[in-house]
Amino acid sequence: MDLGADAQAGTPLAGVPAGASPDPAALLQLSARGDRAAFAALYDATAARVHGLVLRVVRDRAQAEEVTQEAFLEIWRTASRYDPERGSALAWLMTIAHRKAVDRVRSAEASSRRDVTYHQQNQTIDHDTTADTAHASLEARRVRVALEQLTAVQREAIELAYFGGYTHTEVAALLDLPVGTAKTRIRDGLIRLRDTIGVGR
Amino acid sequence: MTDQEWTEVHALSGAYAVDALDDLEKARFEQHLHRCAECRAEVDSLREAAAVMSVDDVAPPSSLRADVLAGIEQIRPLPPLTTPEPTQVGTGRRVELKRRWSSAPLLVAAALVLVALAATAWIRPWQGGSSDELTAAERVIQADDVQRAAQRFADGSKATVYLSRSEGRAVVKTDDMALAPAGKVYELWLQTPEGVMERAGLMPDESDTTYLLEGDASDATGVGITVEPDGGSDQPTTTPILLVDLSA
Repeated sequence: MDLGADAQAGTPLAGVPAGASPDPAALLQLSARGDRAAFAALYDATAARVHGLVLRVVRDRAQAEEVTQEAFLEIWRTASRYDPERGSALAWLMTIAHRKAVDRVRSAEASSRRDVTYHQQNQTIDHDTTADTAHASLEARRVRVALEQLTAVQREAIELAYFGGYTHTEVAALLDLPVGTAKTRIRDGLIRLRDTIGVGR
Repeated sequence: MTDQEWTEVHALSGAYAVDALDDLEKARFEQHLHRCAECRAEVDSLREAAAVMSVDDVAPPSSLRADVLAGIEQIRPLPPLTTPEPTQVGTGRRVELKRRWSSAPLLVAAALVLVALAATAWIRPWQGGSSDELTAAERVIQADDVQRAAQRFADGSKATVYLSRSEGRAVVKTDDMALAPAGKVYELWLQTPEGVMERAGLMPDESDTTYLLEGDASDATGVGITVEPDGGSDQPTTTPILLVDLSA
């Protein structure tokens, strides 16, 4: 992730040396106290990562932008609820953004299935292109190696759930798994991923 | 909860961490999370792992930044969740003392329940007079022309819909139903003969409830329940968790 804020990043943070990567957890804690400059810095440090995930789930550009905006407003509103002891700030942001993205695709599906399908078919973005730079990075390679440690079914189940926004029941149907087994594959795969990458507990 | 049930609920942690539960399962699992520190820790760690998978950065347009920063001007950040002042952790002796006292809140709670029960018993005789007087919901359920449809959900909870054309009302009764997820509410709908879903109220936040739907149900062809954001929606925005056809 490019942590260097872009040119329009705005007011520099007090106490943050120029050029240093701001710590999202510290920025989040400042945001909880109503510090707008800290929130702007948090946005600059994380917006591309958050939007990348939202776009991958939602696919439609205009809707993804709405969801990213909603997610950041929610992050501002609930910043005080972030607990550093429970995990990283980035994971907390991504959790909020992911939930909003999934809510969006599920409610869109319910209200206008036909319309959305049409939209998705016509606006699907090519991730291989947009992600070229990211894939070259060390971080992406590490994740790819970790994903290779999973069984094919675990990997597919996790990707359909996380990036596809499908429920575990839908994942089971998509992968021809007996009902109730997709949730186990998802859990086992995530545990292995966690232990390979060495995040969380 | 039996060992097997516990294992089954626990197995949902991964799907929960990546938002892959349907609304009902989610509500059920969140209830479990309140009680299970082990699951909370696991969900946190699995969310961490899931977040790491996403390495595709896509910069949103710069107009979005301006919109977000304008938007926060109108939103008050929530206060932190506060907990009562922690008791000082001191010598082993003090800890022991604390432990001995820790049953006190339970006793207080038990006393409150007793008071509440006593109060209810006291008030009852004056409430509603004789047992002949039925509530509107009871009249629907006992009506001669009542139509009844029950649905049992995968988690064992049950919802029953009653509709009486002569009373012109409908009732939904739930048994052991999971509470709506945080920030969400169960909204009820009456389907018109034209197929339009009309708002019929928000279900109280209780697992076991008998709820009299708002609105005239004499022409209703169906009753639905959807999960909506707090405060409800003007029309359903999610797939109904229950939709009963009463057109017959």
